[in-house]
Amino acid sequence: MAEHYTCDVLVVGSGPGGYVAAIRAGQLGLDTILVEDGRLGGTCLIRGCIPSKALIEAAEKFEQASINASGNSSIGLSADKPDLDFKKTIAWKDGITDKLSSGVAGLLKAAGVRIVSGWAVFENAKTCSVGDDKITATNVILATGSKSVELKGLPFSKEKDGPIISSTEALDLTSVPKKLAVIGAGYIGMELGIAYRKLGSEVTFIEAAKTILPGFDKQLSAPVSKWLRDHKVSIQTESFAKSVSTKDGKHTLFYTEKNGAEVKLVCDKVLVTVGRIPNTEGWGLENMAVDMDGAFVKVDDKCRTAMRGVYAIGDLVGEPMLAHKASAQGEMVAEIIAGKKRRFAPAAIPAVCFTDPEIISVGMTPSEAKDKGLDVVAGKFRWAANGRALTTGTADGGGFVRILALKTTGRIIGIQAVGRHVSELSGEFVLAIEMNATLEDMAGTIHAHPTLSEATMEAALSALGHPIHSV
Amino acid sequence: MTKHIFKMPDIGEGVTEAEITEWHVKVGDKVASDDPVCDAMTDKATVELTAPVSGVVTSVGCAAGEIMAVGGALVVFEMDEDTDIKEESAIPTPIKMEAPKAQNKEKPKPVSKPASKPKAVPAPAVVSTHGAKPLASPAVRRRAEEQDIDLALVPASGKAGQITHADLDAYAKGGGAGLQKLAGATDIKVTGMRRIISERMSESKRRIPHFSYVESIDMTELERTRIHLNNTRAAHRPKLTLMPFFMRAMVKAVKLWPQCNATFDDDAGIITQHNPVHIGMAAQTPGGLMVPVIRHAESQDIWQLASEIARIGEAAKTGSIAPAELSGSTISLTSLGKLAGVMATPVINRPEVAILCPNKIVDTPVMENGQMVVRKIMNFSTSFDHRVVDGFHAAEMVAYIKDLLEHPATLFID
Repeated sequence: MAEHYTCDVLVVGSGPGGYVAAIRAGQLGLDTILVEDGRLGGTCLIRGCIPSKALIEAAEKFEQASINASGNSSIGLSADKPDLDFKKTIAWKDGITDKLSSGVAGLLKAAGVRIVSGWAVFENAKTCSVGDDKITATNVILATGSKSVELKGLPFSKEKDGPIISSTEALDLTSVPKKLAVIGAGYIGMELGIAYRKLGSEVTFIEAAKTILPGFDKQLSAPVSKWLRDHKVSIQTESFAKSVSTKDGKHTLFYTEKNGAEVKLVCDKVLVTVGRIPNTEGWGLENMAVDMDGAFVKVDDKCRTAMRGVYAIGDLVGEPMLAHKASAQGEMVAEIIAGKKRRFAPAAIPAVCFTDPEIISVGMTPSEAKDKGLDVVAGKFRWAANGRALTTGTADGGGFVRILALKTTGRIIGIQAVGRHVSELSGEFVLAIEMNATLEDMAGTIHAHPTLSEATMEAALSALGHPIHSV
Repeated sequence: MTKHIFKMPDIGEGVTEAEITEWHVKVGDKVASDDPVCDAMTDKATVELTAPVSGVVTSVGCAAGEIMAVGGALVVFEMDEDTDIKEESAIPTPIKMEAPKAQNKEKPKPVSKPASKPKAVPAPAVVSTHGAKPLASPAVRRRAEEQDIDLALVPASGKAGQITHADLDAYAKGGGAGLQKLAGATDIKVTGMRRIISERMSESKRRIPHFSYVESIDMTELERTRIHLNNTRAAHRPKLTLMPFFMRAMVKAVKLWPQCNATFDDDAGIITQHNPVHIGMAAQTPGGLMVPVIRHAESQDIWQLASEIARIGEAAKTGSIAPAELSGSTISLTSLGKLAGVMATPVINRPEVAILCPNKIVDTPVMENGQMVVRKIMNFSTSFDHRVVDGFHAAEMVAYIKDLLEHPATLFID
C-alpha cells in the first residue's frame, strides 16, 4: 500500500549530520521523518570513522604482539608469534558498527523520529518519493554525505573481491593483502595504509603532490614520514596512477614516477583514496531549485539553501568534510527550524588524523598566520620531555605540541600536535580557541601529572618564554 | 669571490650539539642552495641540513662522526657575488628524520648554555574588537544570536578583547560595558562670576513676569543681501554676520515702541525709556555668560556694528574687556550662534524689559503662489517684562522686525 506521509521535518541521510538533526528536531517536538537507504549511521558509523578506528586499533595490537614475538620489546615482553584471524577482526569491527547503528536507531525512536527505509527521490523541493511512498515536508534537511572519488583510469572494481577498492571495501576485506598500493597519501589513505602495514601488508603510496599528508605542514607530517621509513613503506610522490591490469589472477598497477618513467607494481589490492565528492546525483537534487557552489550545495551561515525551507548540512555543503562539522550543523538546523536563532560560526573545527603517530590540528598554523600577516608567538613542547609520553611510547615516534598565539594579547589562535594517542587532546585545544583562552590561561591551568596534556601547558609556557621542562 | 659561513643551526629545542653522521659534500664541491649538505644526529632525531646558499665548499667544520656545537662553523662556501663575509644561521626544516642509532656511542657531553632569557610576555591589553571578528565563547555567541545582538557592537572587557556574559548583559540593558552606576557628587562653591550670574538670573526671574513670543521669519532675502555684501565688501571691512542686521532692525523698532528700550527700577517704581540704544549682546565666555554692550547702536552703520560686535565679543572672551563695557545696556540680543535651536525663552537682562533671540535658519518648503519653494526660515524668540510691555505691543514690534528682515532694503530706509 503506497503511503503519503507529511511531516514538519524531512531528513535525508542518517549519517552524523542527518541523524543528529533528526534527533534534535524530534526532541524539539517537530514531527520528523528520516529517510535512509542503507544502515543507520552513514559513512561515519558504517564505513568510515568508526570501522577504520577499529581496524587501526586491531592493527596496532597486532603490531605490538609481533614486536613482542620478535624479542625487540623494549619493556622486556616476549611472546609467541601472534596469529591473526582477520575474519574475526572484521567481525569484531562489524559488532562495533552494529552496536552504534542500533544505538542510533534507539535514540531516533526515543526522540519520536519516524524512519523510512529506502532511496528518496525529490520531485520538487518539499516532496519526495521513497519506493511507492510519498513524503511531503514543510522543511527538508539534506544530509546525503559524500562518496569516494573514482580515478578515471582506475574505476572501482564492480566484482566482489576485485582489486581496485575504495576505503569502504578496505574496511571489509576477507584477508590482509600481501601487497597493497594506496593511491593518494591524504589522511584516509594514510590511516588505512599504515593499519595494513601493521597487519603485515607490503604498502606502496602513490601520491600526486610533493609530500604526504598535503593538508598538514611538514613539521606535523615529519614523524609520520619517519614511521613510514622505519617500516619500509614505499612513498612515491609526484607520481600518478594510470591503470591496473589483471592477468592470471595477478594485478599490476601502472603509474608514472616523478621523472615521467612508467613503473609497474604487482599488488593484491589497489586502494584509491584521492578524496571525496558530495552525493548530489540520483536523488532529484536538480528538481529542488537550490543553488550550487562548485560540486557542493550552496548554503548560508544558517545552512539555508536558495530554496526556502530546504537546508543542507555536512559533506554536501563543503569542506571540511568531517563528521563533527556535520553533527554541529545538523543540531543547529533542527533548532533553527524550531524557531531558535542560531548561526554556524565556529571559531575552529578540529582536524584529526589517526596515522602513527596521530596528528591534530586546531585553528591556525604558523604558516597560515604568516600569510595573514599576524604577529604571533609560538611555543613547542616535545613528547621526549613528557613523562607520560615516555611511559606510553608516545615519545618514541617523535612529535610535539605546538601552540600559536597573538603577540599583542597572547590569545591562542592555533594548537597542533603530533604523537601517539594525542587525538584525545583535541578537546582541550578546540575549547581553548572557542573560549578565546590566552597563553596565560593555558599556562595557569593546572594540568594533571603525569598526563600527555601537560605538554600543552608546557607549550604555552614556552611561548611565554619560560618553559619549566625544556631549555 | 666572497665567503659564506654556514653555522651549525639550532635544530630543535634543547639541542646544543649534534653528531654529523654523514657528509653529502666535500671540499671543492659546487652546491646549489637547498642541496643536502650533511646529516646531523641528535638524541632526538636525524636531520638533513641543506645549503643556505649556492657556492663552492672551501672547508667543512668536522669529519663524519664528530660532534658539532650549535653555532659552530659547519661549512664555508665561496660565492661569486662580491660582498662581505656573510654569516648564516637559518634553521632549515628537518626533511629527513631517522631513528637515533646512538645507543652504542657515548652520550654527547652536555654543553653549558646560558639560560635562555624569558621572551617578552605578551601584556594583557584591552583590545578593541571593532572591525575584527568579535571574540566570544560559544555560549556568549549563542546568546547574542538569540537576542539579536551584534557582537561587533558590544564593548569587550576580556584581556584579549573577549566579550563576556557580563559584557553582553550590560549591553543588553542598553548600556554597554562602559556604562556603570556612579556614586558620589562634587560640591562647587558658587563664587565670583558664577555667583553674579546666579544672583542676576534669580532676581530677573523672581521679579520679572516674563512672557515669551516666537515669530517665524523668512530670511531668504536678507541672507542674499548679506552674502552679496560680504562678496563685494572692501578689503578693510569686516565680514558681516546676521547680528548687525538684527541690531539695525532693533534700532528701528524701538523708535516706534520705545517701551521696549527701557529699564525698570521696580523698587523706585520708575520706568526709564532711553533714547540711545545700547544693545547688550549675550556671549558665552570661558568664565560663563557675559553681556558686553554695543553702545549707541543707533549711531552705527552695518559695518561699524560688525566691527564693534567682533571687537567686543573677542574682548569678552579673552577677559580684556573693561567693566564699563559690561553695563548700561537698554535692550539685549542673545544668540546661540550655530546651535541656535528651534525656539528659546530668553531671560531678561534686568533692569531691561526686553530680550530678542534669533534661532536657527532652516531651509524649509513654503507654499508661494501655489508653488512649493524652499525658503530660509528662522524662528525669532523674544521675552518681555509684562509689567512694562503689553503683549499686543510686543507682537506688533516683532511683526515690524519681521517685515524689516524680510525686506532688507527697508532696514536702511528711514
